[in-house]
Amino acid sequence: MLEIKDLHAKVGDKEILKGVNLVVKPGEVHAIMGPNGAGKSTLSSVLAGREVFDVTKGEVHFQGKDLLALPAEDRAREGVFMSFQYPVEIPGVNTVNFLKTAVNEHRKYKGLEPLAAGAFLKLMREKQALVEMDAKLMNRSVNEGFSGGEKKKNEIFQMAMLEPKLSILDETDSGLDIDALRIVSQGVNTLKTPETSTIVITHYQRLLDYIVPDVVHVLYDGRIVKTAGRELVAELEEKGYDWIKKELEEH
Amino acid sequence: MSVEKINKDFQDLFVQGKELLYNGVNDLMNEKREIAFNRFIEGGIPDKKNENYKNTDLSKIYERDYNVVLNYHRQDVDLNDVFTCDVPNLDTHLVLTTNGWYYARNHELSGLPDGVIVCSLQEASIKHKDLFEKHYGKYTISDNGVTDLNTAFAQDGYFIYVPENVILEKTIQIVNLMRANADLMSFQRNLIIIGKNSQAKFMVCDHALSSVNFLSNNLTEICAEENAVVDYYQLQSQTLKCSLVDSVFVNQEKNSNVLNHTVTLYGGLIRNNIFTKLSGENAENHTYGMYLTDSVQHVDNYTYIDHASAKCFSKENFKGVLDDKSTVGFTGRIEVRPDSQQTEAYQNNNNLLISDDAKVFTKPQLVIDADDVKCSHGATVGQIDEDALFYLRSRGIGAKEARMMMVFAFTNEIIGKIRIEPIRERVAQLVEKRLRGEDSHCDACKLQCNK
Amino acid sequence: MAKDEDEIIENVTDGEYKYGFVTDVTTETIGKGLNEDVVRLISKIKKEPEWMLEFRLKAFRHWLTLEVPTWAYLDLPKIDFQDVIYYAAPKVNEDKSWDDVDPEIKDTFNKLGIPLEEQMALSGIAVDAVMDSISVKTTFKDTLAEKGIIFCSFSEAVLNHPDLVQKYLGSVVSYRDNFYAALNSAVFSDGSFCYIPKGVRCPMELSTYFRINAAESGQFERTLLIADDDAYVSYLEGCTAPQRDENQLHAAIVEIIAKDNAEVKYSTVQNWYPGNKKGEGGIYNFVTKRGLCEGFNSRITWTQVETGSAITWKYPSTILKGDNSSSEFYSVAVTNNYQQADTGSKMIHIGNNTKSTIVSKGISAGHSSNAYRGLVKVAKKCKGARNFSQCDSLLLGDKCGAHTFPGLDVQNPTAIVEHEATTSKIGEDQLFYCNQRGISTEDAIGLIVNGYAKEVINKMPMEFAVEAQKLLQISLEGSVG
Ligand SMILES: Nc1ncnc2c1ncn2[C@@H]1O[C@H](COP(=O)(O)OP(=O)(O)OP(=O)(O)O)[C@@H](O)[C@H]1O
Ligand SMILES: [Mg+2]
Repeated sequence: MLEIKDLHAKVGDKEILKGVNLVVKPGEVHAIMGPNGAGKSTLSSVLAGREVFDVTKGEVHFQGKDLLALPAEDRAREGVFMSFQYPVEIPGVNTVNFLKTAVNEHRKYKGLEPLAAGAFLKLMREKQALVEMDAKLMNRSVNEGFSGGEKKKNEIFQMAMLEPKLSILDETDSGLDIDALRIVSQGVNTLKTPETSTIVITHYQRLLDYIVPDVVHVLYDGRIVKTAGRELVAELEEKGYDWIKKELEEH
Repeated sequence: MSVEKINKDFQDLFVQGKELLYNGVNDLMNEKREIAFNRFIEGGIPDKKNENYKNTDLSKIYERDYNVVLNYHRQDVDLNDVFTCDVPNLDTHLVLTTNGWYYARNHELSGLPDGVIVCSLQEASIKHKDLFEKHYGKYTISDNGVTDLNTAFAQDGYFIYVPENVILEKTIQIVNLMRANADLMSFQRNLIIIGKNSQAKFMVCDHALSSVNFLSNNLTEICAEENAVVDYYQLQSQTLKCSLVDSVFVNQEKNSNVLNHTVTLYGGLIRNNIFTKLSGENAENHTYGMYLTDSVQHVDNYTYIDHASAKCFSKENFKGVLDDKSTVGFTGRIEVRPDSQQTEAYQNNNNLLISDDAKVFTKPQLVIDADDVKCSHGATVGQIDEDALFYLRSRGIGAKEARMMMVFAFTNEIIGKIRIEPIRERVAQLVEKRLRGEDSHCDACKLQCNK
Repeated sequence: MAKDEDEIIENVTDGEYKYGFVTDVTTETIGKGLNEDVVRLISKIKKEPEWMLEFRLKAFRHWLTLEVPTWAYLDLPKIDFQDVIYYAAPKVNEDKSWDDVDPEIKDTFNKLGIPLEEQMALSGIAVDAVMDSISVKTTFKDTLAEKGIIFCSFSEAVLNHPDLVQKYLGSVVSYRDNFYAALNSAVFSDGSFCYIPKGVRCPMELSTYFRINAAESGQFERTLLIADDDAYVSYLEGCTAPQRDENQLHAAIVEIIAKDNAEVKYSTVQNWYPGNKKGEGGIYNFVTKRGLCEGFNSRITWTQVETGSAITWKYPSTILKGDNSSSEFYSVAVTNNYQQADTGSKMIHIGNNTKSTIVSKGISAGHSSNAYRGLVKVAKKCKGARNFSQCDSLLLGDKCGAHTFPGLDVQNPTAIVEHEATTSKIGEDQLFYCNQRGISTEDAIGLIVNGYAKEVINKMPMEFAVEAQKLLQISLEGSVG
């Protein structure tokens, strides 16, 4: 599904990713953890095609295609979805209109006819229910004035609408209350199929209790420095990152 | 050609055309004409030395030779037949003007409530003399030659009177049509009076139907009496060869509520002067504007909101998208007079630059002489927000479409201020078409605009 | 507004001018009036070289063609420029040996809190003290000279550093710039000159203290400040004048040049005599201040606290010519009684990636009028310019006015320019909140005004910040403190 080889990226003169290697197979759930500023969000942004970051070295293949050669919108249409750590507010752009455009662009890419208004509304209602999204929010501008939790819900709701193959969830749990965390996680799990993969970026065990990872990575200073099974989560929760840093220094 | 020469030409025109100019209207109108003309001779058309005309060089448009019609010219076709600018789902009273004159073949408006008058200004000046004299010229401020030029040369236009306690359900749609075989300069003067406790809505469209050069100097006075509610929408959709200097003077009495909304879709040079005087307590004013410019268009909005009375509220917002080599000016002055306590006045001007060569000059001003006030203004010049653009693209929306959505979203705030739904939808449609580079003129216009 | 609150505000805004005394000192003056002979005479008294006289004469001839500008929001009484004394100098010994200086003058500066004896001087500040038309003393000159820094009176610079003066004089503010710039260029008598050589960080604050003493005279000084590559200097300017019934004219020019990576901080505490409560007397203050960020990554910061003068007309500006250069303007302007101020800033973006910030706080009380006027211009070829302007006005009392006239002229689409302005009075809710915490309304107003100005005052060097804060209290607070 996704293969990242020796990925380096910088912003301005500052190198942030310093050689990331990662392979995600269909159906797998990977968790990426790591201290603040390690480069986790940078990695997701680079995968999603954000242009402020310059890829200086490395390759990324998504379902056999050279992902880095595609513009952001085509990556999305190919099936890469990123749930933003900080979803952007877009005043003036109506949420429904925004979604309709996004869904139909996806369909067009696949050679499908645009959804009729009725079918679209039906789909929307269905997916809203999935994450218990307040329908009133749909009449507002994209994310404008949404609470922190509402924004995160809206991200997963969009994911449900777009049915991606690879979802990158960047700290989707932050801002969600206890109930919302459960609902959103269940939503993510419901959307999972043996063909889709998920990368979950988080600082806490609570999310991974719901979305259970197959593999856990620690990203530190622009590199993946540790990869293990799900038991690593509990260890990190208990001990923090210092021991990993020490381990690194010893090498 | 110099400003002196332009001023001299106007003097000659006035002297030569005097007989025609004074013909067919009421004495008061001619008295004011004379005064305005004498003042014009002293000041002339505003040049670049005039602070309020720093952004717009009127001499460029006035130096061309135009024909001036000093009496009504018949059109060779029935404009009612060739021009139907209908807004879906909106039933309106339609009034046409041509080249500054009230169109002689306007259909009789049926179903107007008792006492409502819709007629030509000339007719009103004679038939409704008292009403006319009570209001004509009372709300204009002649601090620049543009106003005086209109008062000196305008002979006709429309007159609308809504008596007390009348709620006019239907929108009155006024379509100002410019149509001629040769370059033409016109002056149009309108007067709208909305009586106590009455309500009325207006939709004014400026269109050009021929591809010659036009220069219009239009002036509208609007008086909203106590407790009146007035919506005044203006849609400016002309051609690059058109120059329009449009002045609207609004006077608001106690508890009145006026919405003044101007959308500039297209034109060559457009200068809007919007003066609002809040004369009575608790008056509320909303002034909004939007301009979409490309090519070598020039749009300059000048607004002046005078809080002459206490406890009034005003909100103003102008937004524009500038493409190609177009240039834009904005001046917004809010004045709060010494005793106008408990004033609230807000103003905003935002500009989106989407080409390398577009230019904008914006000058908001607050002049505040009372202390119990809440006033603010803001002005921005910027580009499309890159973060938002990326967000849209990351959801699969193409870069071009995403950009469109962002620009449209930027203008949406202003469109959303339109209080009549069918008009709001219609304007949204026209704006979107305009932004997509499709012809934005009303679909219904079957005429020769683009030939 | 409640009655008692009115009274409180009146008390609060009732401060007295503390620097209104007159120094009794022999003063050498020339007759009133201005013509070419007067210009020649000033140049002669100052023993100036020919080129300096030429400069003055060109400026004077140009001035004759100009008219008093009327665009400012000021009710400007007609000034008779022939009724002004253009040169007045307290008697100082030729060689300016400190011991020979009239004790009265020493005493004056002591009273103003500007001791000129180096052993007594505020540590870390070198002062050039200017009284009326001449510089009476420059402290720490030698210490600075060790680093190659030139800090002296303008007259000395003309004689001792003619190359530098000739090269830079009028290079940022041409005598053609405006009416008052032309006037100053023709008749300026003294001022400060400062040159910081390449790579030198000036080890102490430099300061000029301006004092008008003589009656019926105008003061026309000039400051020229050059920071060469990688240099740094922080410069302070203070001003006071005696209390007199007639108005006195002050028209100054400040020119700053910052080369590659140079940084100049220019702070002003302007406290010319503002006139009495009835609006009689006071200084008319017409100042042209402009900096040129000539070099790459250069930076000029203007900070001003304006409390004095009957009329202030002043717009410290920066031309951002070097790529990546930046400039800030922080201002607090207080007007009280019948004072009028029309002040603000211009930021002209020419170089790529240039940044500017404008923060202006106006406080009006009494019958005063306080206007902000600004312009942010982004030239056609300038890429990546960024400006943010914030102009707030606070009204104390219902007889005063606050006005805002910014301008944004953007000719390049990569620019982001934002302007915000608000006008309000002190909120009842803020006062109530303070009252509820046991703070009297008087104190609360003091607190709020100070808090309001803090953002600007914090940008000043320490010693000045304290001074500025005191001044705010004096000019507004009176009984509060
Ligand atoms: N646009 C940018 N310009 C400059 N530095 C940036 C930019 N984006 C990210 N950085 C820097 O890169 C580093 C990595 O940032 P990133 O957001 O990827 O961290 P993170 O691992 O997601 O941290 P957190 O857990 O706090 O979300 C940080 O030091 C950050 O400041
Ligand atoms: Mg992150």
